[in-house]
Amino acid sequence: MTALATGVEAVLRSCRAQGRAALVGYLPVGYPTVEGSVEAMRTVVDAGCDIVEVGVPYSDPLMDGPVIQDAAATALAGGARVDDVFTAVAAVRDAGATPVVMTYWNLVLHRGVERFAADLAAAGGAGLITPDLIPDEAAEWIAASDRHGLDRIFLVAPSSTPERLARVTAACRGFVYAASTMGVTGARTSVDSDARGLVERVRAVTDLPVCIGLGVSTREQAAEIAAYADGVIAGSALVRALGGDQDLPTRLQALHALTSSLAEGVRAGRR
Amino acid sequence: MSQNDAAPAPADLTVEDLPPAGRFGDFGGRYVPEALVPALEQIDEARQKAAVDPEFQAELARLHATYTGRPSIITEVPRFAAHCGGARVLLKREDLNHTGSHKINNVLAQALLTKRMGKTRIIAETGAGQHGVATATAAALMGLECTVYMGRVDTERQALNVARMRILGAEVVAVEHGSATLKDAINEAMRDWVTNVGTTHYAIGTVTGPHPFPEMVRDFHAVIGEEARAQVLELTGRLPDAVVACVGGGSNAMGIFHRFVGDADVRLVGVEAGGEGIESGRHAARFAGSSATPGVLHGAMSYLMQDADGQTVESHSISAGLDYPSVGPEHSFLRDSGRAEYRYATDDQVMEAFSLLSRTEGIIPALESAHALVGAMQLGRELGPDGLVLVNLSGRGDKDMHTAAAYFGLVGEGTQ
Repeated sequence: MTALATGVEAVLRSCRAQGRAALVGYLPVGYPTVEGSVEAMRTVVDAGCDIVEVGVPYSDPLMDGPVIQDAAATALAGGARVDDVFTAVAAVRDAGATPVVMTYWNLVLHRGVERFAADLAAAGGAGLITPDLIPDEAAEWIAASDRHGLDRIFLVAPSSTPERLARVTAACRGFVYAASTMGVTGARTSVDSDARGLVERVRAVTDLPVCIGLGVSTREQAAEIAAYADGVIAGSALVRALGGDQDLPTRLQALHALTSSLAEGVRAGRR
Repeated sequence: MSQNDAAPAPADLTVEDLPPAGRFGDFGGRYVPEALVPALEQIDEARQKAAVDPEFQAELARLHATYTGRPSIITEVPRFAAHCGGARVLLKREDLNHTGSHKINNVLAQALLTKRMGKTRIIAETGAGQHGVATATAAALMGLECTVYMGRVDTERQALNVARMRILGAEVVAVEHGSATLKDAINEAMRDWVTNVGTTHYAIGTVTGPHPFPEMVRDFHAVIGEEARAQVLELTGRLPDAVVACVGGGSNAMGIFHRFVGDADVRLVGVEAGGEGIESGRHAARFAGSSATPGVLHGAMSYLMQDADGQTVESHSISAGLDYPSVGPEHSFLRDSGRAEYRYATDDQVMEAFSLLSRTEGIIPALESAHALVGAMQLGRELGPDGLVLVNLSGRGDKDMHTAAAYFGLVGEGTQ
């Protein structure tokens, strides 16, 4: 078990010390354009995101629902490249929040795990969230993240057995990403009661902070989860706010308003 | 048996140091969301138990004998062979199986496992529709709920199979995303599975996907090679010089190759889809194209058509069943180790072989299987009159009449 609070863990512990959960916002690079996505990331930081998940658009996003699938397709059609991710990471760091990159594994593998890690560290990234990489397959990434002082955030799910929870959380650094429900990304009207039970099961095997993702779209949901988790992750809802036919400044305003409301939620949960 | 069974672990290594399960050399593995790991472990346990359970084996054998139509026959095709340099050519007739292809071998076994695992719903992806039809058939037979994912492009070029699946009671979902072909159908099936894994088994239709699928699907198709090896020996008194099969994901090829891997003098030849030619970029020849390097797609490390960033490159083939940008990991292993060799056939060569077998032997092959026939024509010429070539005729061509009629200009009346 790690004793030192590194990158993203320090942020989560600081939020905990303030008596609140952290707000983690996901946005994909390149949506609606590369510049627009960087602007959107600055917007969510300004509106209260503590940590930004910088998403890398991928041709085959099999853990994502329609909203993020469409955003990734738009980003790729618009010419977004993996290189752009490091620009976005640096921008989030400059804006004062902590950037972590969320990426499907082949994009890291193809760039070279060592090169990706070095580029990420150089850009100021705290680490990687890897939705389709389990610790069993991660030896190269574990070594590279150690060399570069990067966090490695693996996922756990309601289906995870106690043995798997122990194994996965032992490989994590930074925080544990707990999927609230079985399924893919996308806003849901209610976040499963499985989420609370999963957080309890994770806490039984690790002292690492636990963040809940999948399905969060409202202030009320954020507040509900903030009552028992260290961080609340919102993704599809933010991407949807950034979508639509209006001009970009108007959409950024909508994104700011939603993020502010979620930021209120993570502060309301413990009161 | 997995490849790493043979390597004993040194005493000072912990479990963490062992290679992950289901590797074929560097290929294979389990690149999946954590949410699916318990289901994969359950499947692995169930299939290992079934492999040594006489009751399971007897039930599967009974189904193959009374439902699939096994053993499938072999047919010698001398009039076709006259176009193959005079070598003897034998066809393993998987096209005569119930539902019209080899796919039923795997699906019946996975459907039995589905029931053993206490699941009530089975889902599948399909390209040409053959795996979807086989899954819908097994679901009807065993009283399972069934959903099949199929790319929109494929629902159009294989409309007959869509109708068959619906008649069998399956729900067919047309997938619009990405290239709207086989890879996108797999993405959507994976999304369904991760959402409904408590009740649902995902019957992957080929030797790809996370461990244990590549091994398990191969083992369920190994009956093809088991039968064929004995049949060829009985008919000719010797082993073939070459065994030829088409390779999309590569299940029919692994099925016929597996029993011959230990026969060092038997060449194993896989034929990929060359589409409009390698230089056109519109093909599915993972081992021939310059864009193919090892990568991860759909849970396995294997050769993969990808761009400079690792984004998947869209494949192309006239045959929907071979239109896939990656390939089963064991094929990558057999290729890099030199045990198997891979070549490709272009759409035009395939249509010529399709027509030739139809006209010389009265057997209309699936367009997928016609790729193997192109390989047989080349190998026969290379081997000469003493050569003996065994071809896995993996499916029949009824489903391809629309494509063939359009290609040969047979649409409308009074042609030819």
